[in-house]
Order: sequence, then structure tokens, then C-alpha cells
Amino acid sequence: MALFVDDITYVYEKGTAMSVNALNHITVEIPDGQFIGLVGHTGSGKSTFVQMLNGLLAPTTGRILWNGQDIHEDGFDKKPLRAAVGLVFQYPEHQLFEADVLSDVKFGPRNLGLSEEECEKRAEEALLATGLPKEFWKASPFDLSGGQQRRAAIAGVLAMHPEVLILDEPTAGLDPKGRDEILDMVRDMKNHRKMTILLVSHSMDDVANYADRILVMNAGAIMMDGTPREVFERYRELEPIGLSAPQTVYILEYLKEHGLPVATDRLTVDEAAAEILRARKQRNV
Amino acid sequence: MFKEVTIGQYYQTDSVLHRMDPRVKLIGTFAYIISLFIVNSFVGYAFAAVFLAAMILLSRVPFGYIVRGMKAIMFLLIITVIFNLILTPGRPLIQIWKITITWEGLSFAVKMAVRLIFLIIGSSLMTLTTTPNQLTDALESVMGPLGRIHVPVHEMAMMMSIALRFIPILMEETDKIMKAQIARGADFESRSLIKKIKSMVPLLVPLFISAFRRANDLAMAMEARCYRGGEGRTKMKPLVYRGSDMVAFAILAVYFAACIALRGAGY
Repeated sequence: MALFVDDITYVYEKGTAMSVNALNHITVEIPDGQFIGLVGHTGSGKSTFVQMLNGLLAPTTGRILWNGQDIHEDGFDKKPLRAAVGLVFQYPEHQLFEADVLSDVKFGPRNLGLSEEECEKRAEEALLATGLPKEFWKASPFDLSGGQQRRAAIAGVLAMHPEVLILDEPTAGLDPKGRDEILDMVRDMKNHRKMTILLVSHSMDDVANYADRILVMNAGAIMMDGTPREVFERYRELEPIGLSAPQTVYILEYLKEHGLPVATDRLTVDEAAAEILRARKQRNV
Repeated sequence: MFKEVTIGQYYQTDSVLHRMDPRVKLIGTFAYIISLFIVNSFVGYAFAAVFLAAMILLSRVPFGYIVRGMKAIMFLLIITVIFNLILTPGRPLIQIWKITITWEGLSFAVKMAVRLIFLIIGSSLMTLTTTPNQLTDALESVMGPLGRIHVPVHEMAMMMSIALRFIPILMEETDKIMKAQIARGADFESRSLIKKIKSMVPLLVPLFISAFRRANDLAMAMEARCYRGGEGRTKMKPLVYRGSDMVAFAILAVYFAACIALRGAGY
């Protein structure tokens, strides 16, 4: 069940003076089971792009294929698609509306026309998966803290049992602990539920730690597509478009310049630490 | 999703009308609306139409863009026309079953429709060429004398500018929430009325909450900058009439006088 984006463009406010080319001929395949990081500067078209994937926006030209089928073809039912491609918007807690958390999470499954027991079961499962403690399930979502609200909102999408989970800046405005918890949860989704993940972020450290593949967007086009190592090797090209490499790359570059023979392509703190220790040991020998 | 609603929005371009002092446009629009009720004949309406067409040309706003804004009031327009058509007594023109359409009704309905269309195009031309901030500045300045009889002019202008500023923000917010709920399988296109009303809850609750949150933040931000109302407050860009604004006033006066003359001459 893969998504294929076939040469799409998107123009905002077509035909007026404010017309903007938000997407420029993007072709990309999103195969099953990958954890993809989508990075780009503000205004690079990331959010527009992800809204294409579940049919919320229709491309001006080009096609989006879900299992080989054009999702904007006449007669294509978008509801199953929206369940299969779950989209968690930026600040998803702003969509909460029900009187209690559990009912809010049930909103999605209910819209799919599932039985009440099935909705309940899925909602509980989803809340467990997001790690929101049980004592909050019957509370009003508006009494929760920001981080808890976000978990509840993400659960609302998970309860629809998506095969592809798209998260638009899921860690925005969270403290480091909340951020790690959310990202670990997302990784679990990929590893245990075999979900395909598309994580939109502007934090290079986040995507370097979690993604198998990174897409770099700039000015509405895909500029790079590769493994984190491949992408961050070209970190000098990232800087002019307002992005950067993970901090570890800069530290290792600095050490190398000052004479410590380290490899500079270590992207996580643990890897970098191991590399520095190795290099020091080597030098001392 | 709300991109089609162009009525009341500002159209960014550079034209004589865009550069004009907003007070001239405000007074001009007001005068134009009054003129539509002064003239009462097809000659008069033709004159008003020529004036409006000239203004549209001057504004450099695409005509199609203005017409798109009219869609929003189509419903109101049709109802007005129908009621005028069938409820005006006079010489019968056509009779279908119990409904009689009269000559007077027909003429009245056409005049009413023309009046409404001109009125809306005329006032949307003002909002299309004037930013909300300029507009409230103009209102505050024109209404200024009322302050002497303790009308809170500044506060009203401030409320209006905040309200206008929030329209696009709340529209964007509505769009965002709607999309988020559609992504969760919500259906906003249902035909049945009850379902339609029910489907509004997941949209309206978050929208109200966000509106209150924004209002709170804004109040806080204003207080943090020591805002305390209009007394003794000066402007960064005070409104100043220029020569071209005087020319505009003169043109307006001539137009207005011509309308009165037309009425007086029996046209």
C-alpha cells in the first residue's frame, strides 16, 4: 500500500496578483514501512505537500496515486483514504472539541461508521499507545496540559488505524522531555505497528535521530532525497536555504579541524561520543 | 476554502484609488450610496453606472474579482427582486395562478436590484482599495467631532480595526480546523440539515476556544505596551490631505450635484 506522488504542482490564489507557486513538479514515492523525515525552511511548501497526500488539497497539475489509483479520479472514495493516511496537523490540540478525551478520540472511528464497541476499543488502544494516563480519559480535554492535549489529539488520528501516519511538526512548543516522548512513540508506531511515518520537522537533530530517509524541500521542490548520512554530508548546501546539519556534525567538524582524526558523519549524540572516544584512544596509542 | 469570498477584502495593487486619503474614499462611498437613492430614473442610474465604471477602472482591481464578491449577496438580491416583483400593486403585466406581476413591480424590482448591486460594488470598491487600518483611521478622524459629546470614537475604531484584523485570522483558523476534522473523517458536505448542524460542533467549539485565546493574548499584549485608550494618543502616520485628495473631493461634489440636478430636472 504505497503512496506515489507523480509530478504535482500547486498554485495558491491562481489567476490573481497574489498567485504563488507553492509546489513545483514534485515526484516522490513513499513506500511502506519507511520512517521519512521531511525538512524545509518555513514557507518551503512542506505543509501544502502533506495536505496533498490525503486529498485535502488537490494538486493544480499532476496525480497522487494510492495503491496505483488516482485519488482525484471521479468516483474515488476519499474516506477510506483519510483513515489510511492519517494526518496530524501542527498544534493538533487545537482541534479538540468533545466533553471528554475518550469521546474526542472516538470521533474519527465513529466517522468511519464503526460500531460503538469497536470505537471504544480503538480509542482505548490509541490512548494507551500515546501514553496518556488513564485518569485523564474521562477528563475534559481543556483541563489537560499542552503536552497531554497533544497526545489526546494524536490518539484521535491513531484510532483510525492509519497505515501511513503524517505528523506536521508534532513537537512544536514542547519541552525536550515531551519532544522525546512523542518521537519515541512515533518510532514505536513504525516498529511495532509497521506504520509508514512521514515526520515534518525543521529540527535536524530530530530527523537525524529517527528517520531512515530524509526529504529536503526548498521553494516548493524536493532538493535532496536520501539517507540522513547522505543528506547531512552535503550540509553546506543546507545552510543557504536556512537549514543546518545536526549539532554533532558541527562539533566533529570543529574537532577534525583542530587535529582530532574523527569521522564527521555521526548524527546522534551517542554515535558522536563513541567516535570522539575512539579517536582519542587512537591518538593516545 | 474561503478564498472565494472577496467581499470586504483588500486587493493589493497600486492605483490612484489605493493612494487616495481613506477619508476621501469613506466620504465618497457614503456620498455615492446617498446618490443612488437620490436618482430615481434609468438616466440617473446610467449616470451612476458610468461613475462607478470609471472608479473601477481607476482602482485597477480586475472586474472579475469584484464580480466574484457579488456571489455572496446573490441570494439576498434574488429574494429582494422576487418580493418586489410580486408584492407591488399596479397595472397587471402577467398573471400566473394567484400571483400577479405588475408594470410597477417590474420597474421597481429592476431599480432595486440595480441599486443594491451598485451599492455593494461601490462599498466593496472602498474595502478593496483601503486596508482595514486606513479605514478605521479614516473613521476615527471623520467621527472625531462626536468625541466631544462623549461618544467613545477611539474605542469604537479600535474595536472595529481589531474585528477586521481578526476576520482573515479566524477564516484561516476555520480552514485549518475544518481540514483537521476532515482528516479525521468529518463530513461537512452532508445534505441533511440536522447532520449539517451536528457537523458544526467539531468546528465551532475549537474555533471559539481559539478566538477567546487570541483575544486574551491580544489584550495582554496591548496592556504590556501600556495601551490605555484614546486620550492623548498620537499616530505614527497621521492622515494628511494632499492636492490630489482635493481634486477628488471636487469631482465627488460635481457628481453629487449632478445627481441632484438630474432628480430636479425630472429624470
